Amino acid sequence: MTDTSSHGASGPSHRGVEMGVAVAMIGFGAIVIAGSLQVGIGWGPEGPKAGFFPFYLGVTIILASIMNLLAATSQSRQKVFADWSQLGSVLSVVIPTTIYVFAVPWAGIYLSSLILIALFMRWLGRYGIAMCAAVSISVVVMTYLMFEKWFLVPLPKGPIEDWLGL
Amino acid sequence: MEEIANLFHGFAVVIQPFNLLLMVVGILLGVIIGVLPGLGGANGIAILLPLTFGMSPTSAIIMLSCIYWGALFGGAITSVLFNIPGEPWSVATTFDGHPMAQQGKAGEALTAAFTSSFVGALFAVIMITLVAPLVAKFALQFGPAEKFAVFFLAFCSFIGMGKEPPFKTIAAMMIGFALAAVGLDSVTGQLRLTFGFTEMLNGFDFLIAVIGLFGIGEILLTMEEGLSFKGKAAVINPKVVWETWKELPRYWMTSLRSCIIGCWMGISPAGATPASFMSYGIAKRTSKRGDNFGKGEVEGVVAPETAAHAAGTAALLPMLSLGVPGSPTAAVLLGGLLIWGLQPGPLLFVEQKDFVWGLIASMYLGNIVGLIIVLTCVPLFAAILRVPFSIIGPIILVMCAIGAYTVHNSAFDVVLMLVFGVIGYVLKKTNYPLAPMVLAIVLGDKAEEAFRQSLLGSGGSLGIFFSNGLVASIMVLGLIALFWPVIQNAWTRMRLATAA
Repeated sequence: MTDTSSHGASGPSHRGVEMGVAVAMIGFGAIVIAGSLQVGIGWGPEGPKAGFFPFYLGVTIILASIMNLLAATSQSRQKVFADWSQLGSVLSVVIPTTIYVFAVPWAGIYLSSLILIALFMRWLGRYGIAMCAAVSISVVVMTYLMFEKWFLVPLPKGPIEDWLGL
Repeated sequence: MEEIANLFHGFAVVIQPFNLLLMVVGILLGVIIGVLPGLGGANGIAILLPLTFGMSPTSAIIMLSCIYWGALFGGAITSVLFNIPGEPWSVATTFDGHPMAQQGKAGEALTAAFTSSFVGALFAVIMITLVAPLVAKFALQFGPAEKFAVFFLAFCSFIGMGKEPPFKTIAAMMIGFALAAVGLDSVTGQLRLTFGFTEMLNGFDFLIAVIGLFGIGEILLTMEEGLSFKGKAAVINPKVVWETWKELPRYWMTSLRSCIIGCWMGISPAGATPASFMSYGIAKRTSKRGDNFGKGEVEGVVAPETAAHAAGTAALLPMLSLGVPGSPTAAVLLGGLLIWGLQPGPLLFVEQKDFVWGLIASMYLGNIVGLIIVLTCVPLFAAILRVPFSIIGPIILVMCAIGAYTVHNSAFDVVLMLVFGVIGYVLKKTNYPLAPMVLAIVLGDKAEEAFRQSLLGSGGSLGIFFSNGLVASIMVLGLIALFWPVIQNAWTRMRLATAA
């Protein structure tokens, strides 16, 4: 990815990202082909083997992605995919959410959600601590009542819920 | 006549108090989902699907389909008041709807939008009532080759008729099929493409993909675009509604044309978005006041809204009668059928009469209830959109995570959802279509099964797909759809050549 500046904004070029996506898809196609070869792509006693259909999917993915890669190379280098500040705001969601999804099995979904909502409001919305606490706690309590009590769908719980005896 | 009796039986199922309650709840939730950024018909229904596991299939489909109608209505509110299309199919509604709101005619614009939506939906439901049983009866005679041909036609239409570059559509679609192939092979019972990971034994669930691609991906896009919602206030009172209703019959020709465009585009999986644009474009060209389009013309609201709602509703016809959904939301509903233990396809009309006719009856009633709810509750819904994204955003994230978890009670699915979300964001930015990918994940197993059974019957010869008139004509239609851009190109060149 190269830095280009147009219209006063800088960020990864759209062309670079397009090419990256096409290459990633070629890689995915190759994995699909490899997996198909493992189970056999030919004709067995039960008809076409398990890898028959996926094998041709893999081939098509690679061929179509090569066409997309060629189309991407002829694009202008000036167009920006998104400028760095925009990507920053995207990452400000992706990073906390990544921590969140890995925390869920350990801390339970209620505690993790409470922290996610409160931090999000504090950082991006600059709300006072009382407001953050009020919103996050009421969302979590509502969720608990709706899922565990009314619809009887159990959600993952952690040490806090054990301690509270829920 | 048998259909009429069945329909009345359906109404009897729907007007049970519990089902009526679910209908109202569904519409309310649907409008909220349609209004909020990051939640749409498809992922909204995917998130709420696990809540219906304990209900009877008929009650469940009534609630979920009403969420869909609500989401279709909700898109118009944000378009008119905030100039932000809540759903892609309401983009064309902003062209004239928002200028009307700026001129202080928000009430008229919203009344026109809701009423047109209702007319479009009603037209499509009547069409479904009359046509779906016939299609289903016809499709009962389909063998594996015909079944595969129908899938082939559906997927080819995406490639040839979509506005994205064809090779991008092909790549996205084939990746969807490949994801569907992961796990246990339904024909041989063999494991494939799992590379030894136990998490992948059951393959990728399309609900997780839908929640990630559409829900998380949309939140990331909203974050990137930055957020400043500045909306217009709307007053809808009986007088405004009455005045607008008196004016609307003047546009009957536009309405009728938009209904037909919508139904056609909804059945062929082109979908609601192109239908709304096409309908708007044609109305602009044919209207006497076409020059005023874009400056706040009621007809410019009527045309796209009628077509979008007709298309959204008509998308359920192929889902019910053939088991091939016409839109991502219809695909999620189809996934619901599988979870509730029903086999989508023509047999539904024979074996599950309560379910099918309950659903069709709920379409009539749901749209009437929906119209009343949106006309009376607009200020409430507009207030929801004024809640800052820094509060709504994380709540939607949490809802998506809970939705993803509850599908299989698996924490791994929540991780997968985030991965799909980031992929969805990048693919959307690079102009890869997500709808064919999702449909391929849903239909992959069935398409492959039909393909392999056909080949098994013919001993491996592809000739089976052209072995009789029926299957051959569906395949040829598919090929025409596939090469449509090329055909269109050649046709214009030929005409230019003869004209010169």
